[in-house]
Amino acid sequence: MFTEEALTAPAQKPPASSSSSSRTNGVHSEEQDLFSEATVELSLDSPLNDRKKKDAVKPSLSAPAASVASSSSKAPSKTLEELEEEESEDKFDLNISVTNPEKVAIFHFLSFSFFKGTSLTMFRSKTFTVRRRFSDFLGLYEKLSEKHSQNGYIVPPPPEKSILGMTKVKVGKEDPSSAEFVERRRAALERYLQRVVCHPSLLQDPDVREFLEKEELPRAVSTQALSGAGFLKMLNKATDAVSKMTIKMNEQDVWFDEKIQDVENEEQHMRKLHVMVESLVNHRKELSGNTAVFAKSVAMLGSSEDNTALSRALSQLAEVEDRIEQLHQEQASNDFFTFSELLADYIRLLGAVKGCFDQRMKAWQRWQDAENMLQKKREAEAKLLWANKPDKLQQAKDEIAEWEAKVTQYEREFERISATVRKEVIRFDKEKARDFKRQIVKYLESLLNSQQQLIKYWEAFLPEAKAIA
Amino acid sequence: KIYEPEVHSDRRKWRMRSVSVDLNNDASLVIDIPDALCERDKVKFTVHTKTTLSSFQKPEFSVPRQHEDFIWLHDTIVETEEYAGFIIPPAPPKPDFEGPREKMHKLGEGESSMTKEEYAKMKQELEAEYLAVFKKTVQVHEVFLQRLSSHPMFRKDRNFQIFLEYDQDLSVRRKNAKEMFGGFFKNMVKSADEVLISGVKEVDEFFEQEKNFLLDYSIKIKDATAKAEKMTRSHKNVADDYNHISGALNNTAADNNTAFKNMCVLQKVEDRMASDQELKLTELLRYYTRDIQAAKDLLYRRARALADYENSNKALDKARLKGKDVAQAEENQKQCLQKFDKLSESGKKELTSFKARRVVAFRKNLIEMTELEIKHAKNSVSLLQGSIEILKSN
Repeated sequence: MFTEEALTAPAQKPPASSSSSSRTNGVHSEEQDLFSEATVELSLDSPLNDRKKKDAVKPSLSAPAASVASSSSKAPSKTLEELEEEESEDKFDLNISVTNPEKVAIFHFLSFSFFKGTSLTMFRSKTFTVRRRFSDFLGLYEKLSEKHSQNGYIVPPPPEKSILGMTKVKVGKEDPSSAEFVERRRAALERYLQRVVCHPSLLQDPDVREFLEKEELPRAVSTQALSGAGFLKMLNKATDAVSKMTIKMNEQDVWFDEKIQDVENEEQHMRKLHVMVESLVNHRKELSGNTAVFAKSVAMLGSSEDNTALSRALSQLAEVEDRIEQLHQEQASNDFFTFSELLADYIRLLGAVKGCFDQRMKAWQRWQDAENMLQKKREAEAKLLWANKPDKLQQAKDEIAEWEAKVTQYEREFERISATVRKEVIRFDKEKARDFKRQIVKYLESLLNSQQQLIKYWEAFLPEAKAIA
Repeated sequence: KIYEPEVHSDRRKWRMRSVSVDLNNDASLVIDIPDALCERDKVKFTVHTKTTLSSFQKPEFSVPRQHEDFIWLHDTIVETEEYAGFIIPPAPPKPDFEGPREKMHKLGEGESSMTKEEYAKMKQELEAEYLAVFKKTVQVHEVFLQRLSSHPMFRKDRNFQIFLEYDQDLSVRRKNAKEMFGGFFKNMVKSADEVLISGVKEVDEFFEQEKNFLLDYSIKIKDATAKAEKMTRSHKNVADDYNHISGALNNTAADNNTAFKNMCVLQKVEDRMASDQELKLTELLRYYTRDIQAAKDLLYRRARALADYENSNKALDKARLKGKDVAQAEENQKQCLQKFDKLSESGKKELTSFKARRVVAFRKNLIEMTELEIKHAKNSVSLLQGSIEILKSN
């Protein structure tokens, strides 16, 4: 379970690195289930030679990024005037794709390799491939969350674990549902990484770079974090904290208050929408199945029909319906990956945003507690003065000084984290709008393609129907 | 046909007007149903007749009829001995408002918990479903009457004329008729007995072929109908989902609103695709499943006549042996043979024209369906292109 302590306490034991752990059938004593770390070995032939050349630093921006699959995480070149933007938008080309999961029987692992093309100088070479396991991704999140959440950064959450899905893969079922699961996970991990590298601050984090570059990572140990339920619990705690805020409103706080409300509403809304889209996915799959069954039935009818021309037309109709079934299948997949998963991602992301607000609340609380403590110390000093106990007075004065310092520190921290959260939220909103727009366009384009295909099929059938005599 | 729905303030009342562009083949007797009113679950059809035949009192007239009146007409024709050699047009099925009724119930219950947009969407869906059921039921009742009017024998039927002309409530007459025919009804086994049909030793090549064809085809078409229905229902579910989604999207952030609004129109197109496919294909299959059944009924009646004839032969032989009631037995045998021959002759004609009719109907419906699907898809394409343009340019 992902506890709050893990979020706030920076001091934590580093995970014990077991050397040849990647070879063993990882049995962990903690709550994490055996299957959650399944990784599949990639058999992608990677240009490992590139990586060996440590000294070769390619000139960055002029060289084109290596052409790699999938979308880049380009920041828009011409941005609108940004409110509290300190750092310039880095034009970077970092293409990440997570490719080719493959199952290796003995190990029961599911590992992903990603192949990157980059023109950034910070990386040692232009294109490289590494293999990572699902638990590595979770480990990365853990590290980033530990370091950055408390400062108010929105750390993208990784995909959820799925016991059922992994069990199927492990057991070796070669059915379409396990293939679907693998694809789903692959795509989710890809999006996750893209979001991470899209974040200007996270990209600078050495853990991220290590994740992207290092040949073999030490086995992540504490990846118990993210079952769906655990995450939800964390979110609920965040909203609870917000509601406890009782300080008087100043202008800044109004902004935050309104924002958290917006986030709340938006999350509700997305959940509703997500349910509807899932319904669409299922219905379309049903439609696909029923169309296939219908096609067969029409073919049978055609063979039974004694009028030759009609018989022929009916069997042509059966073929058209078969092709349409294929279209429906593809469209259902598109519904899912482009639309449904987008919503699912953002529901989790909004949770992370709420977490930010929660962090700010905690900082505020700390500051307030310090203020209270300072007040108490001052009162104590006053009492001592009145009671005329000079020996304890010095101690009291020291404590006051201590707490004054703390108050100042916490107040500054609070302001810092408020600024960060605000900046993050603005950046997030922009990214969200961009993301949605891009995905919706993609979705509509696939629908368009579908419809155009449909026209082709029916136009081909029309003369057949007219030929009936 | 162009349908214009009119919803009254009490939304349980629906009226639909249609402008018929149909061509009845023979101008001497033209029948259509231009109007239908749905109150609670009773449908009142307006049956409109235009005729040049002198057997009718007026050249043009309309009467209100209920579904039960159609059934009465169908049953009286089935009962009529003289029509045994004809394929009796299948009775139209009862108007089925179960779907829309369920939706309306949901709408009523959920009204308080829905947003204004959601409510409007559901209402829209509901109206569309009502309209679809309406279209289907009017079509099928109309086709029934048009089959009768275009048949040389049925069009002259006295009860048919009463049905078309009688300007008072038929239900009284119906009850009387039932009392008259009551006993007769029970004796008539209305549907074909497959065993009897297949068991008959067939001498006639034509009927042998027909029998085999009909038995096989009826199974296949029943199956195709069931599968088509499932497919259509799934299609409607997808359209409904689009509807819900577009409703929900209307609430989202303004920047994506225009394109999302188009989703709502997209849904209408998807819905129309599904309904048109149903109307042209599924309904076609449904109708011919029933018509095939009617053809099988004809075969059955002929098989019964043949069995009767064979029995009469045996009876004649027995009579001759005994030397008693020979003349009577001879007369009986002659009549049975006559009946059988008559049935065979008209049956052949009927089954041949049935084939032609079936092929024509399939052709017409498949062409119409295909043209509609193309039209709707083209609509979708332009809508989608528009949306994508808008989104990309922003």
